Amino acid sequence: MTTFDTVRLVAAREIRVKLRDKAFLWSTGIFLLIAIAGTVLPGIFAGGPQSVAVVAGPTATALTDAGLDVRTVADDAAAERLVRDGDVDAAVVAGPRVLAMDDEPDDVVEALSQQPAVQLLDPNAVDPVLAFLIPYAFGFVFFATSLTFGLQIAQSVTEEKQTRVVEILIATIPVRVLLAGKVIGGTVLAFGQLALITLVGMVGARLADAPDNVLSLLAPAIGWFIPFFVLGFVMLAALWAAAGALGNRQEDLAGASMPIQIAVMLPFIAVIVLQDNQTAMTIMSYLPVSAPTAMPARLFADDAAAWEPVLSLGILALTAVAMVFVGARIYEGSLLRTNGRTKMATAWRDREAARLVG
Amino acid sequence: MTQLLRLDGLNRAFGGRQALKDVTFDVAPGRLTGFVGANGAGKTTAMRIILGVLAADSGSVTWGGAHLTREHRRRFGYMPEERGLYPKMTIRDQLTYLGRLHGLTAGAVARNITGLVDRLGIGERADEQLEKLSLGNQQRAQIAAALVHEPELLVLDEPFSGLDPIAVDTVMAVLREQTARGVPVLFSSHQLDVVERLCDDLVVIGDGAILAAGRRDELRAAFTLPRYEIRVDGDAGWLRDQPGVTVVDLDGPRAVFDLAAGRENEAAGRENEAAGTEDQAVLREALARGPVRAFGPVAPSLAEIFREVAR
Repeated sequence: MTTFDTVRLVAAREIRVKLRDKAFLWSTGIFLLIAIAGTVLPGIFAGGPQSVAVVAGPTATALTDAGLDVRTVADDAAAERLVRDGDVDAAVVAGPRVLAMDDEPDDVVEALSQQPAVQLLDPNAVDPVLAFLIPYAFGFVFFATSLTFGLQIAQSVTEEKQTRVVEILIATIPVRVLLAGKVIGGTVLAFGQLALITLVGMVGARLADAPDNVLSLLAPAIGWFIPFFVLGFVMLAALWAAAGALGNRQEDLAGASMPIQIAVMLPFIAVIVLQDNQTAMTIMSYLPVSAPTAMPARLFADDAAAWEPVLSLGILALTAVAMVFVGARIYEGSLLRTNGRTKMATAWRDREAARLVG
Repeated sequence: MTQLLRLDGLNRAFGGRQALKDVTFDVAPGRLTGFVGANGAGKTTAMRIILGVLAADSGSVTWGGAHLTREHRRRFGYMPEERGLYPKMTIRDQLTYLGRLHGLTAGAVARNITGLVDRLGIGERADEQLEKLSLGNQQRAQIAAALVHEPELLVLDEPFSGLDPIAVDTVMAVLREQTARGVPVLFSSHQLDVVERLCDDLVVIGDGAILAAGRRDELRAAFTLPRYEIRVDGDAGWLRDQPGVTVVDLDGPRAVFDLAAGRENEAAGRENEAAGTEDQAVLREALARGPVRAFGPVAPSLAEIFREVAR
């Protein structure tokens, strides 16, 4: 059996345990419902075309041409009655006047108006609401996912320590293989859940006829977000595992993982607060802790040159390698210390695992 | 393939404390080797070094003459002193996981588990979560975890602690099956009576050093005193006046005594062969005084040997 097979076995157990965990299934289900609700419901509530009652004639033709649901009636009184009864949204009577109950029927007014020609100079510019929401969304997704699944990796490590099953595992497979399996299992779970939610959201948006330009604008940002997300997650995952190994009981975890929690939370807040500050965003898009959020946001806002994400991703990848090394060393140095919480420096100096290699 | 496991000159210090001092002993194929010693004597440290959980400062562990590698160890079975499996996984799932980590195919693991849980008496519980089982059954599951991959060597740290007498018998039978297939088994225990019943070979460790090691019957012979027990119908008090007899214990018709001649013989290295005539003299005297219901040498219990070597 190869090392790869063993890593796969460890990762598969992590995933299988999670897929049978009711809390995990429920939370995933709820996220999916939110994704569906967020994309499909606005379309449903927006309703179909406005309905309008009008006497047959050129006005009726114009309204039909504008795509409205036209109901032809015998006279203006009948049209008004339909409005009052709530059978139609509006009516057009002699004048022409437009009748409606309490809501101005914009589409009807527009269909009857003479409008000047409009030429958009930047037809693809981002809706300001979206421009605000998208960095927030990237930040939130990275923050929430790495916190949730990072904590799960730490808990799984602590569980093995607390239940002492770790000694059997370490007598069977190398410590680093165990760590690799946990990190990969956690990454697959995190990315899998995220991909599922995104997929459901996108299908929902498509069904609900979201404006095409939003999706096409988002696509490259999401395309970049994926490698940033995966590397950013892996960079922290080994550190989460190390935090789990430092603790001896689940109760120790909050304290042991505090530095990582801050490393996840601060960049999230900073990107939200400073998203209008170009200089800050540029700097943050290169810092490994904030790059997974800041760089896709800059790409979405079209602020970044083509080479910038490549460079930032390179920095992130190197940092991830270094952090995996640091995490692995702390993990190895603390995994078998079962009396109380292990200090990070003690774990770092412990070279038992290194002596065992070979 | 089963082999001879040899620990040769192992040393290990923790901080300034020398936990193992030049530890050397064998665990032979097809034999149950009992590993006894007081708390903190170094049993667990030695076992952890065999399993590669701890490193030795010096010395070596060999398997059939070859240096132990991870590939060898992967085929060993281990039950650590501090018990534990995954509380929320079913017995079958965790045995499957551990068996596969040990390199078995899914099919082989499934076959082994079915046989194993039945023999250990937890067949009906195999699909329950570990935490739902009683402590005794959790312990049986732990033993199954050490055996699921048909190990080539078994190392069990206190396998009998926490077991009721029936479970002790079950586990003993299972361990016997292992030695019957030629597996060397090393187990530690505080329960000296259990070790006495079970083991073929014995290793006694005290304060990190091996105090005695060898076949159980040879050790027992080496520590046998020229001590006898007699049971007569009347009072055995007359023994006190018998020349060459030192009464150790006297309780009406029952007495335990040492023979001086035996002592001298022992000191001379002839053990108790020549005591044959001394003891017969005492027996004749007893018969002359009335019926003798029992007469024989007293073999030292393991506890006594243990106390003797650990002194």
